[in-house]
Amino acid sequence: MEQIITCINCPVGCRMTVALNDQGEVVSVSGNTCARGEKYARQECTLPLRMITAVIPCENSEIPLSVKTAEPVPKHLISAVMNQLKKVKVAAPVKLGQVILPNVCETGVDIIATRPLS
Amino acid sequence: MQNTDILIIGGGVVGCALARELSRYTAAVDVLERGWDLAEGASKANSGIVHAGYDAVPGSLKAKYNVEGANLYPSLCAQLGVPYRQCGALVVGFSEEDRTVLQELLERGIANGVPGLRIIERDEALSLEPNLNPEVCCALLVPTSGIVSPYELTFALADDAALNGVSFHFGAEVKSVARNADGSFLVKTDREEWTCSVLVNCAGSSSAELHNQLCPEKKKIIHRRGQYYLLDRPARLPFERTIFQCPSSMGKGVLVSPTVHGNVLLGPSAEDIADPLDTETTQTGLDFVLDRVRLTWPGVSVRTNITNFSGIRAHEEGGDFIIGAVPGCPGAYETVGIESPGLSSAPAIGRALSRIIANDRSLARKERTVPFPVPAIPFREMTPAQREQALKENPLYGNIICRCEVVTEAEIVAAAHRPVPARSIDAVKRRTRAGMGRCQGGFCSPRVAAILSRETGIPLLEITKNGGDSYLLTGTLTEKAERRKHS
Amino acid sequence: MNREHVDILIIGAGPAGLAAAIAAREDGIESLLVLEREASPGGILRQCIHNGFGLHRFKEELTGPEYAQRDIDRALELGIPIECGTTVLSVSPDRVVTCVSQARGLRFIEAGAVILAMGCRERPRGALCTPGTRCAGIYSAGTAQRFVNLEGFMPGQKVVILGSGDIGLIMARRMTLQGAKVLACVEIMPFSSGLNRNIVQCLNDYDIPLYLSHTVTNISGRERLESVTVAAVDEHRRPIPGTEMVFECDTLLLSVGLIPENELSEGAGVRISPATSGAVVTDTFETSVPGIFACGNVLHVHDLVDFVSDESFRAGHAAAAFIRSSAAPSAWIDVMDGNGVRGTVPQKIQTNPAQPVQIMFRPSAVFRNASAVISCGKKELLRRKAMIFTPGEMVACTLKPEAFEGLDGSEPIRVAIEEKPQEQR
Repeated sequence: MEQIITCINCPVGCRMTVALNDQGEVVSVSGNTCARGEKYARQECTLPLRMITAVIPCENSEIPLSVKTAEPVPKHLISAVMNQLKKVKVAAPVKLGQVILPNVCETGVDIIATRPLS
Repeated sequence: MQNTDILIIGGGVVGCALARELSRYTAAVDVLERGWDLAEGASKANSGIVHAGYDAVPGSLKAKYNVEGANLYPSLCAQLGVPYRQCGALVVGFSEEDRTVLQELLERGIANGVPGLRIIERDEALSLEPNLNPEVCCALLVPTSGIVSPYELTFALADDAALNGVSFHFGAEVKSVARNADGSFLVKTDREEWTCSVLVNCAGSSSAELHNQLCPEKKKIIHRRGQYYLLDRPARLPFERTIFQCPSSMGKGVLVSPTVHGNVLLGPSAEDIADPLDTETTQTGLDFVLDRVRLTWPGVSVRTNITNFSGIRAHEEGGDFIIGAVPGCPGAYETVGIESPGLSSAPAIGRALSRIIANDRSLARKERTVPFPVPAIPFREMTPAQREQALKENPLYGNIICRCEVVTEAEIVAAAHRPVPARSIDAVKRRTRAGMGRCQGGFCSPRVAAILSRETGIPLLEITKNGGDSYLLTGTLTEKAERRKHS
Repeated sequence: MNREHVDILIIGAGPAGLAAAIAAREDGIESLLVLEREASPGGILRQCIHNGFGLHRFKEELTGPEYAQRDIDRALELGIPIECGTTVLSVSPDRVVTCVSQARGLRFIEAGAVILAMGCRERPRGALCTPGTRCAGIYSAGTAQRFVNLEGFMPGQKVVILGSGDIGLIMARRMTLQGAKVLACVEIMPFSSGLNRNIVQCLNDYDIPLYLSHTVTNISGRERLESVTVAAVDEHRRPIPGTEMVFECDTLLLSVGLIPENELSEGAGVRISPATSGAVVTDTFETSVPGIFACGNVLHVHDLVDFVSDESFRAGHAAAAFIRSSAAPSAWIDVMDGNGVRGTVPQKIQTNPAQPVQIMFRPSAVFRNASAVISCGKKELLRRKAMIFTPGEMVACTLKPEAFEGLDGSEPIRVAIEEKPQEQR
């Protein structure tokens, strides 16, 4: 099986062809012009990862709290993570980097605050 | 069932001018407006010109009220704090045929009593207005032509009326009018019913429909749409005066004019349409305007365009205004077919019609009227000393909400508490200019919405752009807003 | 009316203003003041909650608020006064700044130097002359972003996005993640000016179609938006009849360009470049008015905040040097846009600069396997090859002071791209 992937690392935007075997393992990558491209293609075809950022309403604060996943999480979990975030209650004060929701969706990744709110 | 003495249908500039005049008499006056603010029809979307009065045929009502109205403008606007400027106008001609038309306009103007008219030749025209097409051959110079902010005039007239007891009712579209056995009128809107002893039709584009419910002799309004470009305030105005082209049967032609706020207005097109509420702009209409403007101003560029809009003129087939008592229908009065020069004429129409009604109904003048407050100077126009004084009295002048037009929180708060208060983003915009500038509210509209919500108690989710279902927001991040149709 | 005095006054506490202030303070300028119209510092980054900031400067990927916080913390550490809720009303050519705030009223501040760091604003619908009705539900992408990320409200549920700049793409994902349906992203050009990463992660991830060479030709809805018409455009960007598609939607987001916010600059008599819509500046970011400097998006619209910070640090150092020394350069070399180049900054370089000079410009089209060439007469100052130059990515080239040896200003420096464009802009 082959998959076509546009590289996101730079504006060249190489169109890469990734060959996969029946087990879904990457056999080869072509069309890339640098090593970063190959690395991205391999990851994207096996387990695509995404950072998720969002805001959560925050008590005692005029603006909501902006948060992110501390690390990228599997792409297929985006909507599950967003659903979890809907249930989170938070109140100021909050420190930058404070863990708001540990181990979101059993990913081992925490949701952390990206701004301080006093 | 609501009851009043005099019910005015239509909260445009004519209805409000009349309401203000009638507020000086001992009678209960109410105004029904189908829109969610004043000046929602042609009154907000026109060229904003106070015509000198050379265009209308001598002896017509248009000629009479135009000249009378234009004469009332300077003192009226000064008293009400409405931006108005007698910038003058040129009607430009490009051929000998045009010269004949200009000559005719000159003669009409003289017959109508317009002062200072004169035909000038190419060189003088170009020295007065250097950006004019050099192919101009002659022009009619009109020193008394003026410009005004038409909606701000309407708001001020209504505020004055409201201070003197007139009530305004919005979202009140008249569905039917009938006569009760006692000679009073029964007026049904989609929300409530009214009885009144005097009914006045100031319904603009719907004035013929209303007339036809009251009178067997039918009238017909042709809805003539005009589209415009409004350009950003240039460092230097391209034209000091309003520049008209020679008029045709479809109207006064496409003009280029400064506005009272220093913008440049291009338009209008002229297209007859079926639906009087169809105020959309079209590519064809906008292209037409630009194409025609090039004749006047070859160097025109719409790169600095900040908005396009259109307005609908109520052209009555007979060609003239219809003003006075409705024939065969005692107690009913009307203003039908008030197209250009309707804005120029409105103060005179209000005055004349109020006198007719007061005379017919033997209304007494009130002994005392509530004086109109001294108009507040906009912060952007204040001197440093005036600004310091204003800030001392109200620190909210220190919060600049609209960066483009330099509008302060104090002024937005004031708009929400005027006698006829602002209740929507557009209502605030037209009263304060917040959102009128080059970013078109991109920066200030969330801030205006928050202030409006705080001042009026309307929840933020219910704040609208312009009333009705023109909601700004559809919900919070977690919940969609429940929406009920306005009833 | 009392006048205050500061050595350096900075207008705007976004990334540009903060960086300029930090640099000036680090150079020992004690008397400086930053004025900010919002209630807190950080500028537009406050609402850019997505990640992708800081890769160049911090070698890590931050969200907008995190990036801003680093500069805010540093500024506070240095004791830099930032007055929020304060709007500058005017700047005079002799550097008297008039500002107003609720807390302190009207003030007049004489500044030894002024740094303009007001940022940019979004082009509104009017700039496009798109016909149709004037209903609710039409927002610039940044306004929508503010509603969602700073106020916690949704501006719509069924969305079409006009323009594929990064803010539009980011908002496509943001609205989708909050439960809205984004029906289409429409781009009049044959290519997107957004990053590939944003096309993939903001559109493709959510199956949002991108219509290149299309535009919105009509807007309809009497009160709230009801639908937009989208049509293909020809090579002159004119709609092609018969290609219309109607999208029923309640929201149209516009991401159709940014314009430096230069009202104050113009009021001060600062010359504005038609190519950048920002001030014409020297290699020390001084505008045509002595002692008035400009940096960040008010000077020219950047793609990356990292470059805004970098430029603004240099502007802050330059303003500090201006305060210290009265010696003005005597001879200048003009810098001109050559083939394939638009909006080069700076537009003037002193003949013997003391510091390295960064030249920034935007390609006017997509060029593949081309070279950026900076030359003066027959002398080539710099040649840089790249696999791709695109209008969506600003190019920055640094010239060492030695590169200017022998130049006397009699001939301009020309910045050009050598190679034929493959996709005409």
